[in-house]
Amino acid sequence: MQNILELKNIGYSYHSLHGETKALDNISFGVREGEFIAIVGPSGCGKSTLLSIIAGLLEPEEGTIAVNNPDGSLHYPKIGYMLQKDHLFEWRSVYRNVILGLELNHCMTKECLETVERLLTDYGLDKFRDKRPSELSGGMKQRAALIRTLALEPQLLLLDEPFSALDYQTRLFVSEDICRLIRAAGKTMIIITHDLSEAISLADRIIVLSGRPAIVKREVTVNLTLADDSPLAARNAPEFQGYFNMLWEELTHEH
Amino acid sequence: MNTKRRKRHACAELTRQEEFMKNHRRHHHEIASWRTILFVLFLVLWEISADLKWIDSFFFASPSRVARCFMELLKSKSLLSHIGVTLFETLFSFLLVLLFSLLVSTLLWYSGKLSEILEPYLVVLNSLPKSALAPLFIVWLGTGTKTIIVAGISVAIFGSIISFYTGFQQVDEEKITLIYTLGGTRKDAFYRVVLPGSIPILLSTSKVNIGLALVGVIIGEFLAARRGLGYLIIYGSQVFQLDMVITSIIVLCVIALGFYKSIQIIEHQIKKRFTI
Repeated sequence: MQNILELKNIGYSYHSLHGETKALDNISFGVREGEFIAIVGPSGCGKSTLLSIIAGLLEPEEGTIAVNNPDGSLHYPKIGYMLQKDHLFEWRSVYRNVILGLELNHCMTKECLETVERLLTDYGLDKFRDKRPSELSGGMKQRAALIRTLALEPQLLLLDEPFSALDYQTRLFVSEDICRLIRAAGKTMIIITHDLSEAISLADRIIVLSGRPAIVKREVTVNLTLADDSPLAARNAPEFQGYFNMLWEELTHEH
Repeated sequence: MNTKRRKRHACAELTRQEEFMKNHRRHHHEIASWRTILFVLFLVLWEISADLKWIDSFFFASPSRVARCFMELLKSKSLLSHIGVTLFETLFSFLLVLLFSLLVSTLLWYSGKLSEILEPYLVVLNSLPKSALAPLFIVWLGTGTKTIIVAGISVAIFGSIISFYTGFQQVDEEKITLIYTLGGTRKDAFYRVVLPGSIPILLSTSKVNIGLALVGVIIGEFLAARRGLGYLIIYGSQVFQLDMVITSIIVLCVIALGFYKSIQIIEHQIKKRFTI
């Protein structure tokens, strides 16, 4: 399959009075349509910066991002961005939270609202539409945040450690749950995580970044033999331990 | 057997809940009764010490003298219109303070550079004793309602701007990023995140502001008025009718309490609506 996005020699530095800190150096990789990419790397290596650049929230200082749409058009793919916390607004009902993106883009059209309705029903949040976010469980909040993102029909979803605020057990289920829903919606996804098991179980390809300044140390394509499609299936796959050890080696042995 | 035990268990739960409710109510009754007792005790002690000449009731008045003076003022000096004037001036200053400080703090939030430039000025103006400005206001604006309202505004406005702006800044930066990732602008960030997220701070600052506006208005009335409770206090002290002074002060206490309670009610309504 073709790359829809092609990052070429991306570089970025932070500037302060104490000098320049190089965060990203010569990062290049492609993103194929429908692919799930996980980015792992030591903490503080610039993963979030990379994601912000892909999202267009930051301009890269060096390098370019080439767009290569299947239909030949040149517009940048629509991006959906999920942050670490769900950031649902307590002063809005669940429904008014999930239509926030539509409100901001002035597209409260019938079709868009119907999409939201369908997602609410599909994700089991229909009954909670008039509730306040604090009345939802951690998993339901993440689903609401996902609907808020999907309502704008993005082609590429960027997830910045989206489950790190959840406790371990919830996280295990929610991460599988959310990724299953994104796959079912046929979206492309780039997820940042510091949890190696999560990366192996969710992604088709894992990009390992080095410490500051981050370079692409290795790209690993994940192929797992799955016994069933339970959340824990990937973690029980025979190849899992091998991948885990490989990534662990990459991250702990700098250069 | 099992169900029976569960039923008994539920029954015990209920009584424990009832017990909790009873304790809760008792606690509130206790607080309210102590407040009343304290108040009545104070009045009784005041009256007795005036009757037994422990204190000179010419200087310290007494509850009965205050009550008599209150009735007299109602009849002869049209106390109600004085109260009305003070109330109007205070509310008007308060609303202007609310409006101006919202406007200025919004501007400061929009432009980081402006807020950096203005910061030292705001700090100095806020710590300046506003009563020092009152003579200037009189020269500039004459004696009358205008001066008094400006005095009321001057006491509250700078602190209010600083509080509002600080509140705006405390809003979670990531929530603003969220607005940007959803394609919103800085204006959207202000209206959808910063403003609704700051409602608790707006309300608590308003509680302080209405008190400060009252302080400013009374200062203004001391110096530049022919009407209002501040004028009654000054007039009373000049003609040595301390009953009138003390009665006016007590009326002021009631007004302050009324303001505080009304804002509390508004706060409660807003919080219920937005479930903050």
